[in-house]
Amino acid sequence: MNKKILLLAAAVIGAGLAGCASKEAPKDTPVETRTAATTSTTTPGTTGSTTPTAPTSNVAINPLKDPNNILSKRIIYFEYDQDSVKGEYQAVVQAHAKYLADNRGRKIRLEGHADERGSREYNMALGQRRGDAVRKATNLLGVANDRMETVSFGEDKPRATGSDEAAWSQNRRVEIVYDGE
Amino acid sequence: MMNPKTFFSSLLLLVLLAISHAQAQLTIDVTTSAGRQIPIAIVEFRGEAQAPQNLTPIISNNLARSGLFRMVSATPNPLPTELSEVNFADWSSRMTEALLIGGITKLADGRFEISYRLFDVAKQTQLASGQITASATQFRATAHRISDEIYEKLTGERGVFATKVAYVLKRGQRFELQVADADGFNPQTVLASMEPIGSPKWSPDGTKLAYVTFESRKSNVVVQDLVQGSRKVVANFRGDNYAPSWSPDGRELAVALSRDAVSQIYIISANGGEPRRITTSNSIDSGAAFTPDGNTIIFFSDRSGGPQLYSVPVAGGNAKRLTFEGSYNTSPRLSPDGKLVAFVSRDAGKLRIATLELASGLINVLTDGPRDDSPSFSPNGRTILFESKAGGRGSLGSVSIDGRIKQKLTSQNGDVREPAWGPYAAKSGGSAL
Repeated sequence: MNKKILLLAAAVIGAGLAGCASKEAPKDTPVETRTAATTSTTTPGTTGSTTPTAPTSNVAINPLKDPNNILSKRIIYFEYDQDSVKGEYQAVVQAHAKYLADNRGRKIRLEGHADERGSREYNMALGQRRGDAVRKATNLLGVANDRMETVSFGEDKPRATGSDEAAWSQNRRVEIVYDGE
Repeated sequence: MMNPKTFFSSLLLLVLLAISHAQAQLTIDVTTSAGRQIPIAIVEFRGEAQAPQNLTPIISNNLARSGLFRMVSATPNPLPTELSEVNFADWSSRMTEALLIGGITKLADGRFEISYRLFDVAKQTQLASGQITASATQFRATAHRISDEIYEKLTGERGVFATKVAYVLKRGQRFELQVADADGFNPQTVLASMEPIGSPKWSPDGTKLAYVTFESRKSNVVVQDLVQGSRKVVANFRGDNYAPSWSPDGRELAVALSRDAVSQIYIISANGGEPRRITTSNSIDSGAAFTPDGNTIIFFSDRSGGPQLYSVPVAGGNAKRLTFEGSYNTSPRLSPDGKLVAFVSRDAGKLRIATLELASGLINVLTDGPRDDSPSFSPNGRTILFESKAGGRGSLGSVSIDGRIKQKLTSQNGDVREPAWGPYAAKSGGSAL
């Protein structure tokens, strides 16, 4: 349990560690399976070579997966029952908006999630509202709405198990997922 | 309604379809029970000891669990099977009001003839009797049928022992949609997925389940035919497709879709096709449920701030707000008679099951939480089955609509969630079973 929380905390706090933490996650954190599987099944090499729009001169490093690049930050966390994007995530939203502006072929999916404290049906809606808030913020920065799909998982895909604020704060989130990931 | 033949063939198909054979069933405990209980003696049937399966213990358990009966135990010798063999004075002195006796005879074809008689002890009259031919594998179903008849004769309400429940079982990362008998026995897995499954809802005739899957990494509404075993994705539009609810005629589903805006209520054919938008707001509208006449949809919306219950005519018109107490009311479900709405109410951080009486506006909070969700009425409207998340583990709870009788249903195999109580199976007469 403590190990899980530590792992997850590491994933959030250290941007540089995020990639590693999520790759290790399947062993220690069952809740991570889907997220981790998505990142690991699409190996960086495959993505890099099959994405002709990738603008970077260094084809070996996909900026979306580069732990030193802000674009590898894919999760935006929310306050309890809230759907407004906090100021601290503005840089992440801007970075993805710029990437999308530079890579017109790419699309994103905004996957919204809620903690377990609401009813299942309203949590679907809350996840949707959160995804929608990120979509609107990205749209304001010039990304067309038809390049962004907002979907909700409600409370069914928690990042952290447990029934305390440490877990809940991990679960109230939007994950930015690129097409093909 | 399902005829017995269809019923058993569907059961057989369920067995064949089962992706993994579920071993353990749900375990039911009566946690509280209050009010008058009818003292009844269920006497072991003559020949039961030689039968391949028990029968009367299943009947006793059913009736005891309902909270409305108290079992009087006695084993007269010899076991009576006829009126003439019953000593009413003796049963009367044991404070017994009702008595069930019967016999089991093996037939030449290997099946069994089960006969039973129910008596009113004080009046010394027969209340019910029957003769059922059943194979060994049909003993449980037979016990449920007899339980239903006893329940109806003694309470005046139709019993629900022979019905089914669907629910989602989460084992580790695996989600299983299961269908079991109302007493938790015979669980069958009708779908398994590593992605979430949710919101199972029975078609009015009990032959199909509508539910939400995330198999394509987003919510879709699927209808699965339990008899044919076929599945059809009926709503897979851009955005979210969730919260299905059957129309009373079984032809359509109300669903929540976010394809045009945030979640709005739509009606779509149960075969799929183009949805028809019912609500038009800039807020979340979701959790639709049809009234039994099919003319109105009750749903929740956060158009006034927190989510509240509303009604809207299916034919079109303005939504009318139904709840004004509390700041968080969601997930309405209509009682079979259309008089009550069960819903989820959040107060001081606790999710509880409550009912709203439509005629009076009266709200009755039935459970204590802390996280009770997904209410579902029994087909006789007496009991609400719900999901009860507590201590990090999902189990099911049930509560009578007067709040007096509470049960807990747990599974050894994982978290149980999102229950849906199925409709009555068609009444079958004579020995057709």
